[in-house]
Amino acid sequence: MTWFTFPADNLLCRCLCISITAWLALLFVFGIVPAVLGVSFGVRRLYMRTLLKIFEWATSRMEMGAKEKNEQLYKPYSNGIIAKEPSSSLQQEIQELRGSASCLRSEPEFEMADIFYFCRRGVESIVDDEVTKRFSAQELESWNLLTRSNYNFRHISLRLTVVWGFGVLIRYGVLLPLRVTLAVTGICLLLVLTTLVGFLPNRELRSYLSEKIHLMCYRFCVRALTAIITYHNRENKPKNGGICVSNHTTPIDVIILANDGYYSMVGQVHGGLIGMVQRAMVKSSAHIWFERSEVRDRHLVAKRLSDHVADKTKQPILIFPEGTCINNTSVMMFKKGSFEIDCTVYPVAIKYDPQFGDAFWNSSKFGMVNYLLRMMSSWAIVCSVWYLPPMNKEKGEDAVQFANRVKAAIAAQGGLVDLIWDGGLKRAKVKDAFKEEQQKLYSKVLFGEQDEGGRRDNTQLEAENPEEDKSNQDEKNDNENTVNAPRNK
Amino acid sequence: MGSSSSSINHIPDAEKLMQETGFSAAHIFRLYERFEVLDRDGTGQLRPEDFGAVRELAMNPIGDRIIRAFFSPGQETVDFAAFVRILAHFRPTVTNWTRDGAQTEPANSRTRKLKFAFQLYDQDRDGKISREELLEVLRMMLGLQVTEEQLQSIAERAIQEADLDRDDAISFDEFRKSLEKVNIDHKMSTRFLS
Repeated sequence: MTWFTFPADNLLCRCLCISITAWLALLFVFGIVPAVLGVSFGVRRLYMRTLLKIFEWATSRMEMGAKEKNEQLYKPYSNGIIAKEPSSSLQQEIQELRGSASCLRSEPEFEMADIFYFCRRGVESIVDDEVTKRFSAQELESWNLLTRSNYNFRHISLRLTVVWGFGVLIRYGVLLPLRVTLAVTGICLLLVLTTLVGFLPNRELRSYLSEKIHLMCYRFCVRALTAIITYHNRENKPKNGGICVSNHTTPIDVIILANDGYYSMVGQVHGGLIGMVQRAMVKSSAHIWFERSEVRDRHLVAKRLSDHVADKTKQPILIFPEGTCINNTSVMMFKKGSFEIDCTVYPVAIKYDPQFGDAFWNSSKFGMVNYLLRMMSSWAIVCSVWYLPPMNKEKGEDAVQFANRVKAAIAAQGGLVDLIWDGGLKRAKVKDAFKEEQQKLYSKVLFGEQDEGGRRDNTQLEAENPEEDKSNQDEKNDNENTVNAPRNK
Repeated sequence: MGSSSSSINHIPDAEKLMQETGFSAAHIFRLYERFEVLDRDGTGQLRPEDFGAVRELAMNPIGDRIIRAFFSPGQETVDFAAFVRILAHFRPTVTNWTRDGAQTEPANSRTRKLKFAFQLYDQDRDGKISREELLEVLRMMLGLQVTEEQLQSIAERAIQEADLDRDDAISFDEFRKSLEKVNIDHKMSTRFLS
């Protein structure tokens, strides 16, 4: 049958050659050249606008389908299942309970009904609590044609399914290979060029070139993810001798921020590919990598950071004080360590638009490689970065208060909920101090303000050493490879 | 295919649960999602540790008691049906429930709510809250904030007021009587959004 297959083979070969060439050309012109030179053709924004139009069309089709069948399309109350009363304090609620129960008493006393307050709060938290839902991806209002964000969206017509199928082909067949190629190119360039620059004797030349190289490689990574970033208030960009803090959603945060500025990274030394990248980066510029053993020594960590910021020729340090990835609907407790260092803090707020691809890294669900593949097969990563005006610790403010002030500013700018909870609660158990606080409040209702014996000193509810050490221990066994989240602060 | 995730159809016994408990389909669906979030190892059953993962519950002084209330005596796991049935106690009371002796009382009637609270005190299920059981709950709610004498005197006073038949324990009827004027519906109900 050779006479039959031969021309077909030839044709096939030719088709393959042409498509590969076209593909490489596309890659070179729209990917590599802009990344190297730092220019933008605006292709990504055009792509984003097109996608938005397609999503709008998809949503209207689903709405039409729902209307025909007379059903609800949108899940009501995607933020919760129960209506939580605006938080009335323990005192208020128990007084209300009392008021309806008994006749006047001269002194406050225990009532059997008091248990109802705790009981109801307990059950409410079983049904819906503030913390657990921050560690799973945000739900979308309408579908963005990705199976992974399809939370029981029905009314998906045939036409929509076809569009979805086409989308799958494009994402996995065209975009994913393109992106992987760009990423590999970027990392190789970084490794090679930083090592080369490390050999240069002249310090100024070295730092100048190193800055250019770092920025170029991050541009590659940004294109590898098709990240469409809007930077706001760039006049507030972090300067040398300061610390840049930001909310943490994903390891990609590093790429997003470093794309626009030259930072020093902080983190644990890893093995493997990331370790190689870390070692290469250090050859040409100052980054702070800690050995595993050093991480637990808070003084050592603080000293190295202080030394770095004291040297005004070194770049600003990039730190994520939450210590873990949160799903970008809220900001959790900032660990106080980075706020104890005496320097200017430059807060940055990052908000992702989940419509094009959810950037949140759920480390208990996905490993790093799986996560990167998902990122590279989404439509795009769209986000906004706000540079907030620099803040300094005020007189009489301690590290915790300063941290909370910065956290509130970031939450306000990014439109995120400001929570007191520690992100480390993802893994660690709640401290007894919280329970004690409740017991204290209740005893005040019964007895008023008193200094009776048998009372322990109330330890602060905020960041504390034992809690951080415990979460460090848990995180050692985790494979959360964020290059840039110092655990022990 | 587009729609690959769960629908009400693959929740076991959804129809039956809706009838028994009065939850709507949307509620059942949401509760099932919550159940799956809590069921971290995906076995379809919850264990006490799974409840313990909820931070706000861990800081509740009687958190452990509430958790145990989900488990029947002797059982170590809770399936979705049992989970929903317990939560049904916290639906706001249906006011237009006609007293029909033949049908079983709904889970969220005033009496059933009171019974739930009673059982938080009465751990050995003997139908009476003994002085010791009352003290245990007081210790949980107050911790180290008060002295032992204060605890004893509180317990003493509470029993004296409620214990009408002078048997040094509070039976369910005495419990109910002492809470006659309390708006149980409001205090023991969670407003489920529909």
